[in-house]
Amino acid sequence: MDYVNSERTGQATLPTAIKILIAGGFGVGKTTLVGSVSETKPLRTEEVLSEQGVGVDDISGVEAKSTTTVAMDFGRITISEELVLYLFGTPGQDRFWFVWDELTIGALGAVVLADTRRLADCFPSVDYFERARLPFIVAVNCFENARQYSLEEVRLALDLDPDVPVMMCDARQRQSSKEVLVALIEHVKKQGLSRRPEPVGH
Amino acid sequence: MTMPDEEPVWLDDAAGPVVRPYAVTGGRAKPANSFNVVALILSTRSAPPTEVGIAPEQARIIHLCQRPLALAEVAAHLSLPLGTVRVLLDGLIAQGFVQVNDPRQAATLPDDSVFEALINGLRQL
Repeated sequence: MDYVNSERTGQATLPTAIKILIAGGFGVGKTTLVGSVSETKPLRTEEVLSEQGVGVDDISGVEAKSTTTVAMDFGRITISEELVLYLFGTPGQDRFWFVWDELTIGALGAVVLADTRRLADCFPSVDYFERARLPFIVAVNCFENARQYSLEEVRLALDLDPDVPVMMCDARQRQSSKEVLVALIEHVKKQGLSRRPEPVGH
Repeated sequence: MTMPDEEPVWLDDAAGPVVRPYAVTGGRAKPANSFNVVALILSTRSAPPTEVGIAPEQARIIHLCQRPLALAEVAAHLSLPLGTVRVLLDGLIAQGFVQVNDPRQAATLPDDSVFEALINGLRQL
């Protein structure tokens, strides 16, 4: 069967979709941030992966085809009739890096959410986006009872490039989450045209 | 569909079968397309055709996409995995029932007007 989708894309009637990734460790507030700025509650979508993508090498003795389901929470912000912004929470386990590769394709940039009580949890995200050359900012989600670190301490701990913005936020607050997204978009704009995100290819 | 307000729950084989993709795709498991999760889908007709047999899920896609929806939104609304929806879209595209704007094929970075629109749009939320 022939597929003619390439001829159909690019028609003027469809808006442009912009994708931003929200990354960070487990429980850091990714879905909270998505929910606080999105026009609806976060939706959940799933990718079912066959064993060849899951990184399980030894399936000897397993007769049935093994599959794994990876869930992603996401939200939508309709900017205008021509422009829709989607926020995707990234799945947070190492074995799902290839899902990150897919999510990174076509993404504008990423927000790495950090919790100063478990700062190491966001190392993999920072490392991933640096290698993928996807522009990102770090937003420190201010949890109650967490010791306040200075942004400079966080920057040092994460060994960030000097041009990577670091900011405080409260992912529960719509206004704060909006500011995070605006900061990311301004950062991406400043980064300019000289980059093309590539899958890291784990 | 429940709307969890915490982190995603990771389901694997231990959770049992979530869905059998081939049950809604006529046995086809592999999509011909690799649409981005934010590829926008718009129906080209106001209602599913009555004269040709299409799967109920494909009819639902035509109903859902009367306004542009991302692949991920369609999948979420139908409670189907992304890959299954991609397979369903193959058929719909072949028959000309939907059009898809896949950003995978778009230019690398939006121009300045898009950045401005995004920033202004967010500030006005």
